[in-house]
Amino acid sequence: MHRKSLVELAADLRAGACSSEELTRASLERIGRLDGRLNSFITVTEQQALDAARAADARLKAGDAGPLTGIPFAHKDIFCTRGVKTSCGSRMLDNFPAPYDATVTRKLLDAGAVMIGKTNMDEFAMGSSNETSFYGPVKNPWDEMRVPGGSSGGSAAAVAARLVPVSTGTDTGGSIRQPAALCGITGIKPTYGRVSRYGMIAFASSLDQGGSFACSAEDAAIMLGAMAGFDERDSTSVDRPVDDYQATLNAPLQGLKIGLPKEYFGEGLDAAVGSAVETALDEYRKLGAELVEISLPNAQLAVPAYYVVAPAECSSNLSRFDGVRFGYRAADPKDLADLYTRSRGEGFGAEVKRRILIGAYALSAGYYDAYYLKAQQIRRLIREDFLKAFEQVDVIMGPTAPSTAFKLGEKADDPVSMYLSDIYTIAANLAGLPAMSIPAGFVEGLPVGLHLIGNYFAEGRLLNAGHQYQQVTDWHRQIPQGFE
Amino acid sequence: MALDAADVEKIAHLARLGINPEDVPEYSRNLSDILAFVEQLNAVDTTGVEPLAHPLEATQRLRADVVSESDERENFQSVAQVTEDGLYLVPQVIE
Amino acid sequence: MMEWETVIGLEIHTQLATNSKIFSGASTTYGAAPNTQACAVDLGMPGVLPVLNAEVVRMAAKFGLATHSTVAPRSVFARKNYFYPDLPKGYQISQFELPIVHGGWLDIELEEGVSKRIGITRAHLEEDAGKSLHEDFHGMTGIDLNRAGTPLLEIVSEPDMRSAKEAVAYMKKIHALVRYLGISDGNMQEGSFRCDANVSVRPKGQQELGTRSELKNINSFRFVEQAINYEVERQIMVIEGGGAVVQETRLYDPGKQETRPMRSKEEANDYRYFPDPDLLPVEIDAAFIEAVRAGLPELPDAKKQRFVEQHGLSEYDAAVLTATRELADYYEAAVTASGGQGKLAANWVMGELSGALNRDDCDITNSPVSAQGLGELLQRINDGTVSGKLAKQVFEAMWNGEGSADAVIESKGLKQISDVSAIEGIIDEVLAGSPKQIEQYRAGQGKLLGYFVGQVMKATQGKANPGQVNELLKKKLDG
Repeated sequence: MHRKSLVELAADLRAGACSSEELTRASLERIGRLDGRLNSFITVTEQQALDAARAADARLKAGDAGPLTGIPFAHKDIFCTRGVKTSCGSRMLDNFPAPYDATVTRKLLDAGAVMIGKTNMDEFAMGSSNETSFYGPVKNPWDEMRVPGGSSGGSAAAVAARLVPVSTGTDTGGSIRQPAALCGITGIKPTYGRVSRYGMIAFASSLDQGGSFACSAEDAAIMLGAMAGFDERDSTSVDRPVDDYQATLNAPLQGLKIGLPKEYFGEGLDAAVGSAVETALDEYRKLGAELVEISLPNAQLAVPAYYVVAPAECSSNLSRFDGVRFGYRAADPKDLADLYTRSRGEGFGAEVKRRILIGAYALSAGYYDAYYLKAQQIRRLIREDFLKAFEQVDVIMGPTAPSTAFKLGEKADDPVSMYLSDIYTIAANLAGLPAMSIPAGFVEGLPVGLHLIGNYFAEGRLLNAGHQYQQVTDWHRQIPQGFE
Repeated sequence: MALDAADVEKIAHLARLGINPEDVPEYSRNLSDILAFVEQLNAVDTTGVEPLAHPLEATQRLRADVVSESDERENFQSVAQVTEDGLYLVPQVIE
Repeated sequence: MMEWETVIGLEIHTQLATNSKIFSGASTTYGAAPNTQACAVDLGMPGVLPVLNAEVVRMAAKFGLATHSTVAPRSVFARKNYFYPDLPKGYQISQFELPIVHGGWLDIELEEGVSKRIGITRAHLEEDAGKSLHEDFHGMTGIDLNRAGTPLLEIVSEPDMRSAKEAVAYMKKIHALVRYLGISDGNMQEGSFRCDANVSVRPKGQQELGTRSELKNINSFRFVEQAINYEVERQIMVIEGGGAVVQETRLYDPGKQETRPMRSKEEANDYRYFPDPDLLPVEIDAAFIEAVRAGLPELPDAKKQRFVEQHGLSEYDAAVLTATRELADYYEAAVTASGGQGKLAANWVMGELSGALNRDDCDITNSPVSAQGLGELLQRINDGTVSGKLAKQVFEAMWNGEGSADAVIESKGLKQISDVSAIEGIIDEVLAGSPKQIEQYRAGQGKLLGYFVGQVMKATQGKANPGQVNELLKKKLDG
C-alpha cells in the first residue's frame, strides 16, 4: 500500500478496494516499525487517527468524500492542533497541547484527511538540517548518517520513507524545498498569502508560508489545493480563488520558457549536483521547453538580507514565550526578570537564541537603519530582479540546494555555512514567490532536487512543469533502501 | 561589526534571554560571524530604494466590528502553569 | 529670584467605544470576570494573528477631522517591543513612524473671551495592555488580560501648555470632543480616558526646553492639576537647590499628593520598533474621508457659536452649555419643548437644574426632570400660568417625582392669578385695610408701592401676576 500514490489510494478508497482504517493502520504500523531509525515524528496520534479514519470511511460510504478523505497525512509540529501537543520542535512548547486548531489543520481535517501524527522539525523552524530540534535530529532515509534537511525534516523524511503519502510543511527560507531535495521528494511552497498562517506558529511573519510534501507533483497539488485559500483571520492572506491545480497538470510544456539564472550555476554549487540538474534541464528541452539564460543580479544578497529580516521578525515573534500563559516556565523564579530570563533561557535552544539575539541587535537603537531597513531595501531589489525575469520567462529553474544531504553534525558548529544551504531557496521567500523542488537524480546514492520558481500565484504552472517531468522520469518513484 | 561579551550580555538582557556565562564567548563568536556575513549588504547602494516590508504590497483588510469570540478561559488556562481565580500569576510586579 | 516658565505636553489615551477589540473579535465590555474576554489573539497564543477592526479606523478619522488634522492616506502599525506581564505578546501593536492622524489643533477657553490654540502633534491607534492586580496572591501578582487589545487612540499634544490650568482645560476639551464624536465613553473611573503629562520648567525667556519628567497614567482632571503643580514646584526646587532635573517617568500618588519615580520603568528602554509584519499598511481614500466628514456631528465650537446666534446666549453661557454633548442636547431639547425660550432655558438649565444635579450628585442623562418636562414648565412661565418665583416650587416638586409641570401647578394650586377683576378685588381689600399708608404714599413716599405689592402677593400666596398687580395698584393709588 505504501508504494501507491495519493491519487491511487484515493481511487482505491472510492472503489472500496481498501478502507481508510486499513490505510491508517498500515501507516501506523510502518511508523512503529521504521520510524525508530528516522525520528521523523514527535507525536503519533494513533487513537485520533483511527477515529478519523472510521469517520472518513463513513463519509466514503455516504458518497460525501473529497480527494483527501481517508488519506493519512503527517502534520508538521508547527501547526496548532487542538488538544494535541504542538511543540514546534522546542522544549518551550513540550507541554503545549494547542487550545485551538490552525486554519490549515481545520481545512485538512474537514476535508477528511487523517492526521497520523506531528512531525519533527528544527526548533521553531530555525535550521536547515533538523538538528536543532529539542526531540533530536531526524535522519535521512537515504543515508541515516545524514541530515534530511530542514526545517521540515520530519515531514520530508516521513514521505520519503513512505510512512505517509503526504505531509505538510512550512517554508521561511527553504524549509520545504531543501528537505524535499535532500530526501528525494516533491515539495511546494506557494505564493506568500496563499496558505493561511493562522495557527502556524510564527518564525518570520513576512516570509513564512505553508505548503505540502508528496512523492509526486500531482499528489502535492491535491494536498496544496486542500490547504490553500483565503482566511479572514490572517491579514496577509490573499482573497482570491484557489486555482484548480489538478486541472492544469497535463498541459503540454511546448514553448514553456525556462529561465536559468547564471548566478545559480556558479561558485558554491557542487559539480555533480550541477550536472544532475543539467541533465534534468535537458529533459525539459526534450519536452519542448525553451531554456534561456537570465540574470538575477542581486541573488548573492538574498542570504545576508534574510539573516537580518528573519531574525528581526523572530526576535519579536518569540517574545510571547515568557513562561506566563503557556509553555515552559522556569521553576521557582525569584522575581519577574528571573522568570523571563530563565524560562526563555532554558526553554529555547542555541540556534533559536542566536537568531533572537541577532534580531534584537538588528532592531536596536542605532542599528535599525543599517541592518533592518537596509535588508528591506535589498529585498525590494531582489523582488525587482524576479519581476524583470518573469517578463522574459515563465519559470525559473536551478538546483534546490548546493549539495546533496550532508552528514549529521557536519555544519552544526558553523552557522554561516549552514545558512548557505539555503542559498538558492531564500530569494523566493523574500519576494514571496511560489517555488517547488522535485527529485532530479542522484549523486552517490543521494537525491538531487530541481528547483522551480514561478511568478505570483503560478503554483499551477509549477505543478504542471513538475508533473510533466515526472511523466518522463522515475526519480520520484525511487524508494530508499530499507524502506521498500 | 564584532560583538564582544558585554554586547552579547546587553542584547541578551534586552531579549530577556538567559545565557550561561560559559556560553557567552561562543555566542559572541557566532554572532560576530553572522554580522560579518551580513555586512556585505552595506556594499550595495540603496539610495532611494523604498524598503519592502511585504512581498505582495497589499493593504490592510478591515474586519467588521462584531464580537465573534466567547469565553474560553478554561480552555486557554489549561495550558498555563500557574493560575488562580482566573488570573495568570507572576512574581510580584512593583511599579 | 528667577522667574520660571512651565512647559506641558499631554499624551491622552482614550479607549475607543467599539464592540470588539482592535485586532480580535473579543468583547470590550468593562467589568467581566478576569480573562473571560481575552481570546486566543488577545492572549498572544502561538500562531494567532491580528486583523484590524474597521470601526477604529473610522473613529480615528473622525477625531482627525474634528481637530483640523491630516488623516493619513497611509498609516502603518509597528511593534513596540518590551517585556511586561500585562503585555502578552512581548510587544504592543502601535503606530510609530506613520500615525493615522497628525498635525492638528484645537482652541481652549481660558476665561471669558480669551482662548489659546494647542497643537496636536499626532494621534495614533494602538492596543491597550491588560491589568496587573497587586493584591497578594501568596506574594504573586495576578494578570487579567480582559483589557488587552482594547482599542486606544493616543492623542499627543505639542508642548504648548504653560500651566496646570491650561493642561486641564485642554484635557477637558479633548474629553468633551471624543464624547461629542461618540468615539469614547470617556469614563475616567474605568480608565477609558487617562493621560501622561510631560512637564518641564525653564527660566522665563529661555527658548530651549528644560529636562522633562513624564507623569504616568493620571485618570482625573483634578489629579492632573495637582500632579503638574507638585511636579513644577519639585523641579524648581531641584534646580534652585543647585541640582538638575533627571529625565524620568514618575507616578502621581493622589494620597500623598506627590510624584515619585516609577521603579519598573527605571531602565532606559530600547523598544526596537519595526513595522508589524502581520499587518499591512492601512490605506484611507478620499471617499472614505468624505463619508466620515459627512457623518460628523456638530462639534462643540460650532455648537457654541450657533447657541450664541440662534438662542441669543452670551459667549460664556454658550460655552457652559456646550461643555458636554449631553448638556447641550438637554438644553436644546428643553428649548424646543419650551417653544423657543432660549434665554430662559439657559437660565434654568444653568441655575435650578445644575444646582439640583450637583446637590443630588446626579448626571444629566439621569435627570429626574426631563428636558421635555423642563420645557413645559418654561412654557407655563412664559404664558403667565405660573410666576417665575413659584415655578421654582413647581420644579422642586417635579424633581421629587410629583408629576408634570401642569399637574403640579394644578395640584398645588400655584396657578398665577391674572384676572383683572380678581386682582382688583384683592387690591381693594388691601387698600381698605391700609388708610395710613395710602396717606403717606400720596404725601410723596413712593417707596410704599412695594409695601402694597407685598401685601397683595401675600394675600394671594404669591399667585397674583406681579406685573398686573403693580399696574393696577398704581392706577388706583395715583388715579
